[in-house]
Amino acid sequence: MTQPTPSLDQVLPPILARHGNDPTRLVQILRDAQDQLEYLAPDTVTALARALNIPRTRVESCVEFYAFLHDQPRGRFRILFSDNITDRMLGNQALFEHMLKRFHLAPGQVSEDGLVSVGLTSCTGMCDQGPALLINNMPITRLTPRRVDEICDLVQSGLPLADWPSHYFKVEDNIRRAEVLLGSGFRSGDALRAALARGPEAMLAELKRSNLRGRGGAGFTTGVKWELCRKARADIRYIVCNADEGEPGTFKDRVLLQSFAERVFEGMALAGFTVGARQGLLYLRAEYQYMMPHLLAVLERMRAAGLLGRAILGQVDFDFDIDIHLGAGAYVCGEETALIESLEGKAGRPRIRPPFPVTSGYLGKPTVVNNVETLCKATEIALHGGAWYEAQGTKQSTGTKILSVAGDCERPGLYEFPFGVHVSEVLAECGARNAIAVQVSGASGMCLSPEEFGRRIAFEDVPTAGAFMIFGPGRDMFEMALNFADFFAHESCGFCAPCRIGTGLVQKMMHKIAAGQGTRYEVNEMLRLRELMRTTAHCGLGQTAGNAVFDTLQKFRPAYDRRLQDTDFIPAIDLEAALARARAMAGRDDADAHLGAQA
Amino acid sequence: MSEIPNSFTLDGQLVPFEPGQTILQAALAAGHYIPHLCSSPELKPHGSCKLCTVVVNGRHGSACTAHAMPGQDVQSDTPDLNGKRRLQVQMLFVEGNHFCPGCEKSGNCKLQAVAYDLEMLNPHFPHFFPQRPVDASHPDILLDRNRCIMCEQCVEASRDIDGKEVFGLAGRGLASHLVVNSPSGLLGDSALEAGDKAANICPVGAIVHKRVGYAKPIGARDYDTLGIRAQARAAAEGEGP
Ligand SMILES: Cc1cc2nc3c(=O)[nH]c(=O)nc-3n(C[C@H](O)[C@H](O)[C@H](O)COP(=O)(O)O)c2cc1C
Ligand code: SF4
Ligand code: SF4
Ligand code: FES
Repeated sequence: MTQPTPSLDQVLPPILARHGNDPTRLVQILRDAQDQLEYLAPDTVTALARALNIPRTRVESCVEFYAFLHDQPRGRFRILFSDNITDRMLGNQALFEHMLKRFHLAPGQVSEDGLVSVGLTSCTGMCDQGPALLINNMPITRLTPRRVDEICDLVQSGLPLADWPSHYFKVEDNIRRAEVLLGSGFRSGDALRAALARGPEAMLAELKRSNLRGRGGAGFTTGVKWELCRKARADIRYIVCNADEGEPGTFKDRVLLQSFAERVFEGMALAGFTVGARQGLLYLRAEYQYMMPHLLAVLERMRAAGLLGRAILGQVDFDFDIDIHLGAGAYVCGEETALIESLEGKAGRPRIRPPFPVTSGYLGKPTVVNNVETLCKATEIALHGGAWYEAQGTKQSTGTKILSVAGDCERPGLYEFPFGVHVSEVLAECGARNAIAVQVSGASGMCLSPEEFGRRIAFEDVPTAGAFMIFGPGRDMFEMALNFADFFAHESCGFCAPCRIGTGLVQKMMHKIAAGQGTRYEVNEMLRLRELMRTTAHCGLGQTAGNAVFDTLQKFRPAYDRRLQDTDFIPAIDLEAALARARAMAGRDDADAHLGAQA
Repeated sequence: MSEIPNSFTLDGQLVPFEPGQTILQAALAAGHYIPHLCSSPELKPHGSCKLCTVVVNGRHGSACTAHAMPGQDVQSDTPDLNGKRRLQVQMLFVEGNHFCPGCEKSGNCKLQAVAYDLEMLNPHFPHFFPQRPVDASHPDILLDRNRCIMCEQCVEASRDIDGKEVFGLAGRGLASHLVVNSPSGLLGDSALEAGDKAANICPVGAIVHKRVGYAKPIGARDYDTLGIRAQARAAAEGEGP
């Protein structure tokens, strides 16, 4: 039974009121409106623009930018299969096909009764327990043919998702190797107390001494970042925790938020104390929406314990609180300036840098953007000091690093190692035998072949934001590169021409090669496009979008050569196939209606 | 290092600059052309076409957004960068639907002019042939998205100069497209007027005026006699000290 869709006059005012009619909260408003209206129709867009007193184009721009915002009905049950290469290696494609068949649907199509749609989405951060899917933004992991059938039955029964057995939605931590961060007990409040005792200047000095570098990918020195923000002239400063974790193959921030949320939030408060900020913002990727109730409860607990709010731990002039913003499905929003645009209620297109966020970030104010793990590491330094911290890891990469291990191994999950660990040690520890490749740091990272397994995980050798995807014997590395080519074409924000068009061209060429129509010509063209994107793209997404194709071409060339035609070039158009429609229209299928065997 | 403060070298030649100027602004003012498409002297730097990419002290960057600094070593007119620019222009041509012989803007179009300047001989890549709607609802202005290169100059001009916010960019990746601020999404229902900056700034033929059919014949248009590079140089001399 479909309920009548509630009217806009009923739905929108309370949502707008809850968000204070604030256009900078547009992404949150759109998410809430969609939750009740199922999708964001043109009338809704117009009404919101009018109520918020912003151009309609800005609302439209947001709705069309984010993958999880829809301008058309998507069904009461919206199912999205995670489509990272690790999901594919675990057989997600057969399960996806099976579900489509059961519902008699094409990918992305909505069933005629408006009940369900089934599509694909970028990596959902469940690689250690894939294949995974999202149903109305709730994750279901460890899919098997049986589980998929059960889900289909439940959907067909119409039972509201809230009443489904809870075991479906269980997400495991899978912590396999713990050191200082994942292993030591953490008493909520201790890090803040230590920082208050030291004072902000001394805290900053310890941080610099520790040589802590950001865990989100770029590896910028955290102490320097905090100092720049502290010194920037302004009345207001912000601390942003980047929990967008969109890099395919990365899921460590999910576990940190799921099981170490106090520590993450305390890290944010610590940053607030050190740089002089009173407001923190956690930017949580849409795929992790299921954690919202838990995170909000933790925030409440911390407020009750005097660790957030006014006069924290009795310090009269130390106020700090945290607000959570949900993303809406866009990998590029992990890039810090795109993230800030999204926080301000806009489409996530990266800004021109400089100015950097430390001087002009959220709402133009000095802003520290740090990865979830970085903020946890800062609590270690508050507790134990910079010298203690600096003694771990390597000279240029101090401390430990959490790796998200997935793919062909016996024990996928989180592994915490001191920086400097050899790739081979990680492989041995997780039970990966005879690996033929490791993709480090996700789709934008580096592909290592067995000759390189002696290399070390560290900024000075193989840098990583955490992903560690293992490919065992018999795996086809072309399939990985193809998956990533699709990913980047889908996730390019479209702002700059080299990435917008370049990722599209690379994707087309990879599919042409996959279809057996590629030649060395396409290979050379892709190398040219990669070089163009690497040097001219506006942000890290475009600059790294060609890496996987480049690396696999260098290191796994036979995977391409097997597919290439031994000629200079063949056109992608298949003339014989192109005539099929003409034949159908003319009702002919005789020999003269075909091009003949030579075509 | 250069001798004179407030100057940098561009392909080995000394270029003076005013504090606050971008590399592109300073270069153009001194009569040096760096190919560019999305930037306009009347608008804030935008930095999306990346045609103006130069190498500054060994690192790639956009000349239209990078600030000029004393002593910078800027490389622009190199075979590598010009090759990349040609590639970029070819990419822009295959991304949209540009049928130059039938376009009113032909000869006045910056995309075309830059392509000539960079000696682009063909589009090189297979065309995407996207389906993009044409909007003829406005009495005076035609919006043909087939020719739009997403430079957002109309967006910024409307917002910052006309104070109207008629245009916006929506979607993402190759599906990015221009949207119009009106309840129907049609230009005819928007606040755009023919005299607006936004109606007159488009570098290509995506926003054109109606009833202006080849008033100036082919052969006598903006870039027909003098190429875009020579024009930039001439403009600098005209305004120069
Ligand atoms: C396309 C792209 C995606 C990114 N995604 C993330 C992300 O999901 N999480 C993250 O912490 N940093 C991400 N980053 C890096 C951020 O821009 C930024 O450097 C980081 O959040 C800074 O925090 P850190 O210094 O603690 O590492 C991404 C960068 C790019 C270019
Ligand atoms: S590189 Fe790609 S993602 Fe980054 S700004 Fe350009 S188009 Fe957007
Ligand atoms: S319509 Fe013209 S000015 Fe506007 S974005 Fe497109 S190409 Fe640029
Ligand atoms: S002119 Fe510099 S990026 Fe377009």
